[in-house]
Amino acid sequence: MMNRRVVITGMGWVTPLGHDLEGVWKRLLAGESGIAPTTIFDARTFPTQFAAEVKGFDLQRFLGPHYEPHKLCSRNAGFALAAAEMAWRDAGLNGAPTHNPEMVGVYLGGGEGPIDFDNFVAAAIAGWDPEKHELDSVRWAQVAAERLTAVKEFEQDPNCAAGHIACRFNAQGPNVNTLTACAASTQALGEAASLIRRGDADVMISGGAHSMIHPLGVTGFNRLTALSTRNDTCATASRPFDRTRDGFVLGEGAGILILEELESAKRRGARILAEIIGYGSTADAFRVTDMHEDGRGGAAAMRGALADARVQPQEIDYISAHGTGTEENDKIETLAIKTVFGDYARKVPISSVKSMFGHLIAGAGAVELITCVLAIRDGIVPPTTNYNEPDPNCDLDYVPNKSRKAAVRTCLSNSFGFGGQNDTLIVRAL
Amino acid sequence: MNTATGATPVLPGRRVVITGVGPVTPIGIGASAFWSALLEKRSGIRRVRAFDPSQFQSQIGGEIDGLSVGDYVPKSYRKAAKIMAHDIVLAVAAAHQVITDAKLQTKCLIDRGEAQGAPNLDVTRFGANIGAGLICADLPELAEGLHSASTDGRFSFARWGTEGMNNLTPLWLLKFLPNMLACHVTIVHDAEGPSNTITCGEASSHLAIGEAFRTITRGAADVCICGGAESKANPMALLRQGLGRRLSRRNDAPEQACRPFAADRDGTVVSEGGGLVILEALEHAQKRGARIYAELVGFGAGHDAYAPAQPSAPHPEGRGCAVAMRKALKDAGIAPPQVDLVASFACGLVEHDRSEAAAIRGVLGDRAAAVPVMNVKAGIGNNGAGSGAIDFIAAVLAVHYGTVPPAFNSTPMDPACGLKVIADGPVDIRVGYAVSTAYALGGGQNAALVLKRFKE
Repeated sequence: MMNRRVVITGMGWVTPLGHDLEGVWKRLLAGESGIAPTTIFDARTFPTQFAAEVKGFDLQRFLGPHYEPHKLCSRNAGFALAAAEMAWRDAGLNGAPTHNPEMVGVYLGGGEGPIDFDNFVAAAIAGWDPEKHELDSVRWAQVAAERLTAVKEFEQDPNCAAGHIACRFNAQGPNVNTLTACAASTQALGEAASLIRRGDADVMISGGAHSMIHPLGVTGFNRLTALSTRNDTCATASRPFDRTRDGFVLGEGAGILILEELESAKRRGARILAEIIGYGSTADAFRVTDMHEDGRGGAAAMRGALADARVQPQEIDYISAHGTGTEENDKIETLAIKTVFGDYARKVPISSVKSMFGHLIAGAGAVELITCVLAIRDGIVPPTTNYNEPDPNCDLDYVPNKSRKAAVRTCLSNSFGFGGQNDTLIVRAL
Repeated sequence: MNTATGATPVLPGRRVVITGVGPVTPIGIGASAFWSALLEKRSGIRRVRAFDPSQFQSQIGGEIDGLSVGDYVPKSYRKAAKIMAHDIVLAVAAAHQVITDAKLQTKCLIDRGEAQGAPNLDVTRFGANIGAGLICADLPELAEGLHSASTDGRFSFARWGTEGMNNLTPLWLLKFLPNMLACHVTIVHDAEGPSNTITCGEASSHLAIGEAFRTITRGAADVCICGGAESKANPMALLRQGLGRRLSRRNDAPEQACRPFAADRDGTVVSEGGGLVILEALEHAQKRGARIYAELVGFGAGHDAYAPAQPSAPHPEGRGCAVAMRKALKDAGIAPPQVDLVASFACGLVEHDRSEAAAIRGVLGDRAAAVPVMNVKAGIGNNGAGSGAIDFIAAVLAVHYGTVPPAFNSTPMDPACGLKVIADGPVDIRVGYAVSTAYALGGGQNAALVLKRFKE
């Protein structure tokens, strides 16, 4: 078995705080909020009326002459393509091909595309027979066949974004999409790194993209009472680890990283941003609705990543927490960190950029890993904003409200999915 | 890479074997029912009964009757059925089948009284990798709520926010998250190792099985439950597949409608189903005296990188499929002349079948006309993310028994495909190595797996 090393050579993101790598990073370090009243649909009577939306996005501006075959892609696939374009250029891969296309792959944690809401609803309403109290599939099919289109229906398939990216960059290697809810893009990056380590690919375009800021997405999370309902003070509604937290804030966007086999990166003189040294994946195997109260799955994922990286807990300089801002996650994640890190848990800076980005769901892990790489590069960790009242259950150093200069060499990033799939990555300066 | 507790050192190059198969299909549930049905050329395709299909272009499908989740979970877990979309039920059923078939003692079997004592595996080294589709919302449930928020057929956001959405059960969203197949299965059987959900259409199962293979090889798990499940036998999926012009219109002859590689094929047929297999490190399997069906020796994946616009067309020469097959053969350490059987994915689509055939011919070269090709879609149809697992299970059984079931709707053969499809039979063939292919009908993902007849 080959033991190849995996490095990050390019990064790109489309976020609620902007679409450029450096500008968004500055805004994160300044503690800005990407959260505002919802504009994508009329949410004025929903329990939650705000979100962290991507603003002013224009895919054509990113793709230029390559736009045409992708122009009908879904919102999240568009985010993924734009972030991939940015990452590909950032890695210096936009010139003549440097790799065998069969050794260039894509592994995304890509969400499903938004439903064609107006047309779907029109068919559903027409199809419901209130007298018989059942769906009249004949009436439904008549309206659905008239109003729904193949493009919008198939663009909802979660593997579309990865397909678009492969076509744009002629990536004929392994192409995979995972959808382990909020853990998806961390898992994608971990598995992409595994493919390179194993020799299945030399370059992987990896990360994630998602947008659930649509009527049914918000309905689903509101029914679960998972979202903050601080409608009057929405800019400060995402409060990871704070005692007054009342749920997460839905975000959207994409983060894409170019992973590359170390020797191949060196050969082409690529700038190397960091190395992926550890990956752990586990299942809580507990309940679909709750995390295990001991945080066993999260702790096992962190331990697995540390063992894989062959580093001791004390070598971790910064933890990018899953930190959603829900009562349960933040308490249990804190407990899991203490279980794994012991006394050192109180010394390591931990933060959640979800306080500013909101929760990108499948895309969250990727944008968070990018912040880890930038933290290593610049020697500064982003804050957890809106942190005012300590919670006795969350008693660690969450880098409250202000970014902090710190010598950061090794970072650990957590993502825990609804239903209990947990993933952890460790990146280190080369 | 190491995962889970990290207690066990990486054991490079471990051999991986298949010790259990759990098909859930319109022609049979469980290994023996499924295998007999294949050999007897039974068809599970019929006019759709779950709803009135008369307004749809294609009115036929492969449905599974009488599937009850209570038969596959402990009593205490039965109430969770309320938050399981049908896709999840299919996976939970397949999990019970495969665990039983592999004679593993998991929490589920112990709780149900079907096994005694303690689990016979380390649950932290028991992984799951289950392919899933875009799970369709339960239309009647959602339609009722949306209707209640409408006036004269017009939807009102205001009424949806204040009243309509409250008609949905609080856990509504959890029914439809694709990762819930794996989550319910890992909970019911207590599989705490590496866990993934791959959502790549019809390629999902192969990608999941391939990744689980890698997970065991690199020492991150000893046992993985992997495969996929999906239902396309519902109004939304039937409509979508029709919009994509993927479906046969042979409504008057359902059993003859799905005709992979046949000259007169006119599309595929929707169905429901899935399959899970148990992959196990060889020494783990031997230590517990497990029956070994076959060895998994190769995995490869590739992409067409051809047509991004949906509904996307396959590469005419099957580029991604060929990349996947070549990589899988290389991974297995064998050359194309050593392939004794190709277990094809073809599901009766005009262009896709031809694209796959071109890939197979390209990889096998001169021997393409001589290598037997098997296909089991005729009586089963295409369920999406679970299709590949069903194909793979059929290939595992073919290797194990040395018998290839017939692709009974494939004649007269399309000369443009140019393959030696086993259309009559069953035929006894001693298979040393078999390649199983799969690809997403839209999206461009391809994967291949190489099986080897097991020898110590």
